[in-house]
Amino acid sequence: MASIFKRIARDRLGLAGIVIVALFVAAALAAPWLAPYDPNEQFFEGLTLEGSPKPPSLEFLLGTDLLGRDLLSRLLYGARTSLVIGVVANGAAVIIGTLLGLIAGYAGGWLGSAMMRFTDLMMAFPALLLAIALAAIFAPSLWIVAMVIALVNWVQIARVIYTETRTLTTREYIEASRALGAGHARIVFVHLLPHLVPTILVWATLGIATTVLLEATLSFLGIGVRPPTPSWGGIIFESQSYFLSAPWLVFFPGIAIMLAALAFNLMGDALRDVLDPTQRGR
Amino acid sequence: MGRYLIRRLAAALLILLGVTAITFTLSFLIPADPVRMIAGRSATPETIESIRHQLGLDRPVYEQYASYVLRLAQGDLGRSYVQKTEVGTLIWSRLPATLLLMAGAIFFELAIGIPAGIYAATKRGRRSDRGIMILSFAGVSAPQFVVGLLLLYIFAYRFGWFPMSGYGTLGHLILPALTLGIAGGGWYSRMMRSSMIEVLRQDYVRTARAKGLAERSVVLVHALRNAILPITAMIGLDIGLFMSGAVVVESVFGWPGIGQLAWQAIQRLDIPIIMGVTLVAAAAIVVGNLLADLIAPLVDPRVRLR
Repeated sequence: MASIFKRIARDRLGLAGIVIVALFVAAALAAPWLAPYDPNEQFFEGLTLEGSPKPPSLEFLLGTDLLGRDLLSRLLYGARTSLVIGVVANGAAVIIGTLLGLIAGYAGGWLGSAMMRFTDLMMAFPALLLAIALAAIFAPSLWIVAMVIALVNWVQIARVIYTETRTLTTREYIEASRALGAGHARIVFVHLLPHLVPTILVWATLGIATTVLLEATLSFLGIGVRPPTPSWGGIIFESQSYFLSAPWLVFFPGIAIMLAALAFNLMGDALRDVLDPTQRGR
Repeated sequence: MGRYLIRRLAAALLILLGVTAITFTLSFLIPADPVRMIAGRSATPETIESIRHQLGLDRPVYEQYASYVLRLAQGDLGRSYVQKTEVGTLIWSRLPATLLLMAGAIFFELAIGIPAGIYAATKRGRRSDRGIMILSFAGVSAPQFVVGLLLLYIFAYRFGWFPMSGYGTLGHLILPALTLGIAGGGWYSRMMRSSMIEVLRQDYVRTARAKGLAERSVVLVHALRNAILPITAMIGLDIGLFMSGAVVVESVFGWPGIGQLAWQAIQRLDIPIIMGVTLVAAAAIVVGNLLADLIAPLVDPRVRLR
């Protein structure tokens, strides 16, 4: 364990990713204490005399939005939305993907290949369009968006887990435990699952990056999290038509989305280097 | 090759059939009654019943699915709720714009990714390599609508080099194609880098170096040919990425392709159009994957046909 930390510490990019992820989580958790204002309060002095949003100033550090709300406060609370979606949607995708991949890989035979043909089918669906169709069908809310993302994102991890489980099940120790009379459930959860934990961790981390991007994109298209809940993609959606005169309304949330996705990607990549020695040095 | 081709084609057809099963199921989940959407609010119960009968919605589910697949096979994607036009006609008229955008995006992702990957591989472990890898990560992590809006702000609004939106000239194409291609550029630079590193380790590269060839010609003449092979087959796989990206990019740049069609349909909850675009996109992805599978053994005989 200690050597894992040492190896991560040597990977400066991965370390940068972990630091940004930590800051992001801290910002999301501490939003009520960090935010200078209530994210939904519309300030009279938050708009210019002509009624347009104000650029960054000492009073409103990142400027205000179309309704005179403080952008910094909305971004901090938006981190919560992204984090909730990242944890719930991605968590669900990881659980579904792991279970299906494990079962398909362990069962093998016609059941395994039928399940993998189904993932082929899901891969043929353009993820965003499927999410759009689903989000358009169900009236969007935070939980529907999370569910839609989970339904789209489980496929990748299922395939990775399937491949790993296939190789693991051919190992002697699995045969040995079967010979000792272990049941299927015991073999799957006690003998297979622990070996898959590193892979699951890596894909769960990388998956958060995908999830954050997908949530932002859905909200940008107007079918994501409903206002007034602050969401980074939603802030850009609301201010899109204003962005030439108020570019900070696109710039700051855009940077936030990109940094969050980048940080989770870097962290996942660093984890992969550390946890999966065969991938090292690529 | 013949048997391989037939097996791959059959698999592709099966996947397409599966795709139709999913879109069919989805259209059943819609809470809004399509008959009422078509008939309008003032329709009498008799009109509603007769439209329901005309659409065949009073028949059993399996019959409806069979006729749905038959209609799809004839190119009939249904009718838009709002525009009252055939979805197939709408998509067909907008397909060229999307294909043009994708061609531009393929150009940009290769033009960015391949040189960047080669350069990073030759400078492996140095600062410039790490810089390129950070940039490629940033490219992959950047949401396309943010990239698009930023490019618009800087190059169209501030510098005035390109039109803000629209379609028709090369100038209109550059920013949207670049936006759609940036993420792929990031992927390709990573792929190209690892493929190049792999090839530079080979014996024949050492031989080329040993006979005194300049490093430049070792990399660009001898190594590049083999390093680029796995990349060419991947272009077919990009189509999925592009199909999703087109919705975002076309809505940002007002590009009149099927992505914009889908985006407008979302705003009006025009489900047949959303389903039609999803189906066409899925078909394009299946064809793209098929092409990737067929091209791989052609460009690189070491890839065995399975």
